[in-house]
Amino acid sequence: MSVQTHIPATAMASRPAAGIHGTKMVARDVKVFYGAKQALKGINLEIQENRVMALIGPSGCGKSTFLRCLNRMNDTIENCRVEGLIALDGEDVYGKSIDAVQLRARVGMVFQKPNPFPKSIYDNIAYGPRIHGIASHRDEMDEIVQTSLKRAGLWNEVKDRLREPGTGLSGGQQQRLCIARAIAVSPEVILMDEPCSALDPIATAHIEELIDELRENYTIVIVTHNMQQAARVSQKTAFFHLGDMVECDDTEEIFTNPRDERTQGYITGRYG
Amino acid sequence: MSVAVTKSRYQSEEFSARLRRRYAAERRFRIAGMLAVGIASLMLVVLLGSIVSKGYTAFWQAQIRLEVTLDKQQVEERNYTALVRQALYAQVPAATDRATRRLLNDLLSSGAPYELEAMVNANPSIVGTTQTVWVRADDEIDQFMKGFIRRDVPEAERRLSDVKIAAIDALVAKGSIRSTFNTTLFTAGDSREPEQAGILGAVVGSALTLVVTMLLSVPIGIAAAVYLEEFAPKNRWTDLIEVNINNLAAVPSIIFGLLGLAVFLGFFGLPRSAPLVGGLVMALMTLPVIIIASRVALKAVPPSIREAALGVGASPLQTVTHHVLPLALPGILTGTIIGMARALGETAPLLMIGMVAFIVDIPGGLTDSATAIPVQIYMWADSPERAFTERTSAAILILLAFLILMNGLAVFLRKKFERRW
Repeated sequence: MSVQTHIPATAMASRPAAGIHGTKMVARDVKVFYGAKQALKGINLEIQENRVMALIGPSGCGKSTFLRCLNRMNDTIENCRVEGLIALDGEDVYGKSIDAVQLRARVGMVFQKPNPFPKSIYDNIAYGPRIHGIASHRDEMDEIVQTSLKRAGLWNEVKDRLREPGTGLSGGQQQRLCIARAIAVSPEVILMDEPCSALDPIATAHIEELIDELRENYTIVIVTHNMQQAARVSQKTAFFHLGDMVECDDTEEIFTNPRDERTQGYITGRYG
Repeated sequence: MSVAVTKSRYQSEEFSARLRRRYAAERRFRIAGMLAVGIASLMLVVLLGSIVSKGYTAFWQAQIRLEVTLDKQQVEERNYTALVRQALYAQVPAATDRATRRLLNDLLSSGAPYELEAMVNANPSIVGTTQTVWVRADDEIDQFMKGFIRRDVPEAERRLSDVKIAAIDALVAKGSIRSTFNTTLFTAGDSREPEQAGILGAVVGSALTLVVTMLLSVPIGIAAAVYLEEFAPKNRWTDLIEVNINNLAAVPSIIFGLLGLAVFLGFFGLPRSAPLVGGLVMALMTLPVIIIASRVALKAVPPSIREAALGVGASPLQTVTHHVLPLALPGILTGTIIGMARALGETAPLLMIGMVAFIVDIPGGLTDSATAIPVQIYMWADSPERAFTERTSAAILILLAFLILMNGLAVFLRKKFERRW
């Protein structure tokens, strides 16, 4: 079976990698241990500014673990130990100069399962700016909420019911609300951990379009199990396998001409 | 062969029989369950029925009408006893000799002169006039009127002599005895005389005790639960603490009483019988309950909410105070109120720290001598007078009313603050 049959040709051609993209985040020899178990075995990766990097690989390969290292969400997990260097704009995120709370404001995250706060739609968006003191008065906050919802493509659907609970939205709307919430604090990088795995194809298409638009302003790293999705939304793809980063290249290259046979096997559906 | 094969295994006789047995087992289980619920309800009805049927009469009290001439000189000498007695003798003209009149004195509550005095003090202008006053009857008269002392019993075995019964009959005939709502039960402290005894002292004592318990155990309990659940590292020490908290919740309450006696009274020298000490002991007893309930409530908050808050850059403390704690609050409140209700009904630890004393005055502060409702029930149950039997049941009803109120509040708060996600 040819690899090409998986990938719509239009998707591949839609966004040619134009211009020069600076390096936003760097991982050097990142090792992660959960207690005695090693989850990542020395990952080296560069994440370029204003591009979408997709992390693919079979379940348990460590891609989510890696993603959660980028904004130190692993700090909350008991017995989790991270070695190696992860840098944001050249600064070690595990170093003394960067605080975890500050880092998470700069590197936002969208989770696998939509997890809006059980508060109103407005408060869901306003929460981040409020705790960071971004808006000094109401009008400014209203502006932030509106912009964030517009960027997340949710504004038209919810503009008349901002005071209603965010948990009352459909799954796809909830996930876009979570993306809007992440955008509201103006992060530099957005991490997405399988953001569409709980959504139907229409909601998924919505989110994918959104990711493509967000790329202009943000650097995005997305973990996905869906290879078509990786092909559609990303410019760079990294393939993870059993705690190793096997291959990282332009998405087109990975899907059309993988160098490693494990990558070849995975994208052609032989395993994973 | 071919016919047998087309018939599925699930259509066979054997399978039908098995299915019937399965349904029969389910029916038996349902019947057993309904029986259990039925028996439990019956027990509850019997318990409540017995308490209500024994206690409702305590809410009524017999009063005797007197036409008191408030002689100025007698009032100045504060000789209210004489005033009340003279009025009573006037009500029963048949009794003329000293011996009968002495017996008549027992018809009135020993508190009757004080009622009159209070009336005069409240309105001095009535001195010199003749006033119609209803004063409390003695508890034995009250019991007789309620039918608990029967006239068909031989006089020697009866609490009331024939002379008194004749006097009561005379009063009844004149319409000078009535039954009114027993306000004394709610407005007075304890007394040796049943008709003057009330629950208010115990209610105030219980309230003061609970205030101390709540002020101490709620903040400490919730803070401990939040720390253990959200911040503490999971290691051998926190495991040890958890095991100990769970064990403390099961320690008999009297042990806490002994601890309070040794530590608060013995070591710190705090006053005996004080609601302050009672509250401290109850707080120790309630803490494990609140900690456990709060931890369960915190555990029930989905981790995705914590991740969401941390993901937008909330600090761990902000995550807890803005998101986790509000979501856990209904559960924490329920646990807290149930713990408080348990403290309200607790007797044993209070016995140890001297809150079992006979206290007439209504406590005015945390260090005044006081008792609590369950202890009051215990003391009344111990009193020999027939009238205290019904007051015991009435006090139980009042305690139950408070408990139902508190549990109702717990349900209400839970429903009000419950959120879905």
